[in-house]
Amino acid sequence: MSAQFQADAHFRYVLRLADANLVLAQRLGELIGHAPALEEDLALGNVALDLLGQARLLLTHAGALEGQDRDEDMLAFLREQREFLNATLVEQPNGDFAHVIVRQFLFDAWQLEIYTRLGASADPQLAAIAAKGVKEARYHLRFSSGWVVRLGDGTGESRARAQQALEALWPHTVELFDADDIDRAMLAQGVGVDLGAVQAAWNRHIDTTLAEATLTRPADRPWRWYGKRGQHGEHLGRLLAEMQYMQRTYPGAAW
Amino acid sequence: MSTAQANVESDVRQRLAGVPDPEIPVLSVVDLGLVRHVRVDPRGAIEVGLSPTYSGCPATSVIKASVEAALRDGGYREVHVVDVLAPPWTTEWITSEGRRKLHDYGIAPPTAGPVACPQCGSIETTKLSEFGSTPCKALHRCESCREPFDHFKCI
Repeated sequence: MSAQFQADAHFRYVLRLADANLVLAQRLGELIGHAPALEEDLALGNVALDLLGQARLLLTHAGALEGQDRDEDMLAFLREQREFLNATLVEQPNGDFAHVIVRQFLFDAWQLEIYTRLGASADPQLAAIAAKGVKEARYHLRFSSGWVVRLGDGTGESRARAQQALEALWPHTVELFDADDIDRAMLAQGVGVDLGAVQAAWNRHIDTTLAEATLTRPADRPWRWYGKRGQHGEHLGRLLAEMQYMQRTYPGAAW
Repeated sequence: MSTAQANVESDVRQRLAGVPDPEIPVLSVVDLGLVRHVRVDPRGAIEVGLSPTYSGCPATSVIKASVEAALRDGGYREVHVVDVLAPPWTTEWITSEGRRKLHDYGIAPPTAGPVACPQCGSIETTKLSEFGSTPCKALHRCESCREPFDHFKCI
């Protein structure tokens, strides 16, 4: 493979991770002041803050890899929807509390496994970001898994809503493990991680937690989403419109 | 390293011990174990390496600016503050002095064992939430004196 492809793949690989964090942080940010209880409001805001901090480090690193003088702000605020490379799971709307928690649970379990392995990446900056992020991912997963169990093994209403959220979000988990040319190239270079191993570990955590929560693992369906190639659903555009309007209206505005 | 450089380094470290954390002002950046290195080059330029605590902690940029300001006030013209991501910061780097100050301030210091109430010392405490008013704190309640308190969580 050409050197150009390798360099571009490295940039996109890091950008995918950055975008997943940025978009989910923005979704969680929408909940500040709206969560069902003060403790959960604080918790979701704290998780959003951690994800945003990691996103900033990843975006800055992606910008450096690209070498086109794009900083974290330019990458966050001045890219179009098709240029965002996050998996579609994280752009799904908040819906009810069960949706918020189940989305977080599916994501956290994935991110913990990704970061754990990226700690040994041949890209030292990516390894450092991951080694730091893994400490945060651990307590995020503890929080979301705890709530999945409480909702699933809770009242009839909470259980039904948790199961509904699981069914709705499950199709978006497939692409988290769907290795493409970029993933394969990065794995071969020792920069990226083996998504097969990530999936096996993810399955173990998901299955154990769902069993404890008395929830049923949905069946996989053939339909695939390709957010990490820039193909998004209807929801990301509106999220970006809200997130980007200030920089687009007043380019270069700072405070 | 020359004696002059060594003197500058020790002065810089002393000044750093006076730079407070913006969220928990009783603690200095030294108490928190944030200072990774102080380097003085022969021309007198200073580089301070700081570990960020939590990836998204808003205090990080404030701390950086405070360190720069404190050293400029000390007469140092060329000051570079750099982030040192690896190895990641851990609460184990908080000094024993820092732990004492946290406790006196009403925040239970990080501990793997039972969390003691900073008000009455009881270990009959309950964790209410793993998340608190800042990324580094969890919310607890003492079952003996019934007071809520923050615990500096371990990472």
